[in-house]
Amino acid sequence: MLIDFFLSLKESGLPVSVKEYLNLCEAMQKGLAYGSVDDFYYLCRTCLIKDEANYDRFDRAFAHYFKGVENLDAALTKLFEKDIPDEWLKMLSEKTLSDEEKAQIEAMGGWDKLMETLRQRLEEQKGRHQGGNKWIGTAGTSPFGAYGFNPEGIRVGQDKSRNKSAVKVWDQREYRDYDSQVELGIRNVQMALRRLRKFARSGAEEELDLDHTIKATASNAGHLDIKMVPERHNRVKVLLFLDVGGSMDEYIHRCEELFSAAKTEFKHLEYFYFHNFFYESVWRNNRLRHTEKFSTWDVLNKYGKDYKLIIVGDATMSPYEILQPGGSVEHWNEEAGSVWLQRLLATYKNAAWINPSQEAHWQWTQSVTITRQLMGDRMYPMTVEGLDRAMKALL
Amino acid sequence: MKFTGSQKYITTQDLMLAVNAAISLQRPLLIKGEPGTGKTMLAEQVAASLGKPLLQWHIKSTTKAQQGLYEYDAVSRLRDSQLGDEKVNDIRNYIHQGTLWQAFNADKQVVLLIDEIDKADIEFPNDLLRELDRMEFYCYETRETIRAKHRPIIFITSNNEKELPDAFLRRCFFHYIRFPDHDTMQQIVDVHFPGLKKALLKEALQVFFDIREMPGLKKKPSTSELLDWIKLLVAEDIPVDALKSGDANKLIPPLYGALIKNEQDVHLFERLIFLSKRRG
Ligand SMILES: Nc1ncnc2c1ncn2[C@@H]1O[C@H](COP(=O)(O)OP(=O)(O)O)[C@@H](O)[C@H]1O
Ligand SMILES: [Mg+2]
Repeated sequence: MLIDFFLSLKESGLPVSVKEYLNLCEAMQKGLAYGSVDDFYYLCRTCLIKDEANYDRFDRAFAHYFKGVENLDAALTKLFEKDIPDEWLKMLSEKTLSDEEKAQIEAMGGWDKLMETLRQRLEEQKGRHQGGNKWIGTAGTSPFGAYGFNPEGIRVGQDKSRNKSAVKVWDQREYRDYDSQVELGIRNVQMALRRLRKFARSGAEEELDLDHTIKATASNAGHLDIKMVPERHNRVKVLLFLDVGGSMDEYIHRCEELFSAAKTEFKHLEYFYFHNFFYESVWRNNRLRHTEKFSTWDVLNKYGKDYKLIIVGDATMSPYEILQPGGSVEHWNEEAGSVWLQRLLATYKNAAWINPSQEAHWQWTQSVTITRQLMGDRMYPMTVEGLDRAMKALL
Repeated sequence: MKFTGSQKYITTQDLMLAVNAAISLQRPLLIKGEPGTGKTMLAEQVAASLGKPLLQWHIKSTTKAQQGLYEYDAVSRLRDSQLGDEKVNDIRNYIHQGTLWQAFNADKQVVLLIDEIDKADIEFPNDLLRELDRMEFYCYETRETIRAKHRPIIFITSNNEKELPDAFLRRCFFHYIRFPDHDTMQQIVDVHFPGLKKALLKEALQVFFDIREMPGLKKKPSTSELLDWIKLLVAEDIPVDALKSGDANKLIPPLYGALIKNEQDVHLFERLIFLSKRRG
């Protein structure tokens, strides 16, 4: 039955592997979640799910699979099919009984008698509810209180105080907010950016392999033994422009991810900020943008044409901001934004515009269409696949 | 062998189960969560409550997997050889054991904490797969295989700065420590300040959670910051009333510097309070 559950998780798109499934089986065999549905749920989660962004999807899949109480019934009966161990019964009772109930137990003849009765109840219950609609009975006034055979009755630590045991843990959907369908994680971005890593072996040039030389010399009892390796450099140079305009606010997090990934990937990374579109100045420190400007001309002169140009922005603004002198919302620009972009593109042949807004919406925004035309169609969405395309175009 | 929580550390049932599953099946447990959610402390507490030594390997951005195994100090050896030191004849004198080597070599089982693995290069976890799987590695210099005498109990923490490779994840059990809810936080504070006045605790938590709710904060205050702040409140003998206000948005809480440390956040915070005051 576990295998069906596993397959249903796979079906729901969760990245679960057989290795992890086997882990779960082993854990079940070791009795790690013996007798408690909550524990079973937690155990499945800890074995199978490796990213909190998938917790919510897992909760839904779990609820779906075990929704029909029939299912849960059959499934758990199978799971707990082995004889129910005394120890577990004892734990169950200790955790769930009030003092009053414990007194009643004493009156009934103590623990042993209770175990016996509890076991009987359990057997009855299994039979009675087979295929029925309530696997967890309500024993009502029995010495077992309202818990009866209630696997959820076992709660330790603080969970008791939370007093929300009525709702199944997985039905609470507590991880809803974590499932952001993130297309980009830093790792993914880095992987995509790595496409750009061109290790050029330049000619027959060699460089000193210091580590190796020291080792070789040392093992040579101190007589110098020089080792050389062919020179290998990450020769890719990147000039990155990031839009920090107001409409970009909602993408800030993703841009930061992209940025921090890029920073670790490229030795030669130069970055600047701009607002909506390119004009005569850009800046490097967003907080000092009014005092510490860099002239766009200087940037063009300073960084050679072997740099690859990556622009990140949503290109969402009024068309005037691109096409008209004086169209900028912030200052008077002598020359239109489009002129500046064309200057950049004339210098940097390898260029890509990465747009964090949804590709499907691009066609509805005039400024995006204009920008795309200016870029010669080299605009890519900020998804893993889009970055991949962008990197290919930059090579 | 089972971890059942500790006096000093508030554990939730799901976390306890994850810990015990990892111990019992001898797999590393990867713990993720915001900074200050008690990831590092968990390893310490498990070690303490199981009575096992704790070995910690703190990862930095420059840490290489090899450093956890061993490092060969060839430069010292070269120098010694030039000085004619006897030591030079035994290469072992120049092998520095890393944390993994120490853990493998220990005479009794240890708890091994690989802290903040996400700080390292993204390939770092992949470079440790074999060692964590087989619990052994080969030392080329001394031509010996270092094998774990006792499989250590391994905790690995991540602040989620980088994603970890799938192959690595598949080998771990995983638990995400959610930021504590109000009740859990109360218990955590109780553990640290058993005698704290109920009223003060209540107001302090209210302010704390309100601040965490504020939109746009770059760094939300964490458990450790709350604890530091409460410590200050107690030390300065701040009266409960100073924390009270009909509307938390209008109150500048005393000593809030302990909660909000990032300069930009302080600006934002002051501006928000100013605005909501002006709005009346
Ligand atoms: N569950 C908890 N129980 C008790 N104290 C906690 C708990 N979680 C966090 N703390 C407190 O917060 C501090 C920070 O925890 P730490 O383990 O350093 O966090 P992390 O490693 O997740 O960044 C701890 O030193 C401890 O004082
Ligand atoms: Mg830590």
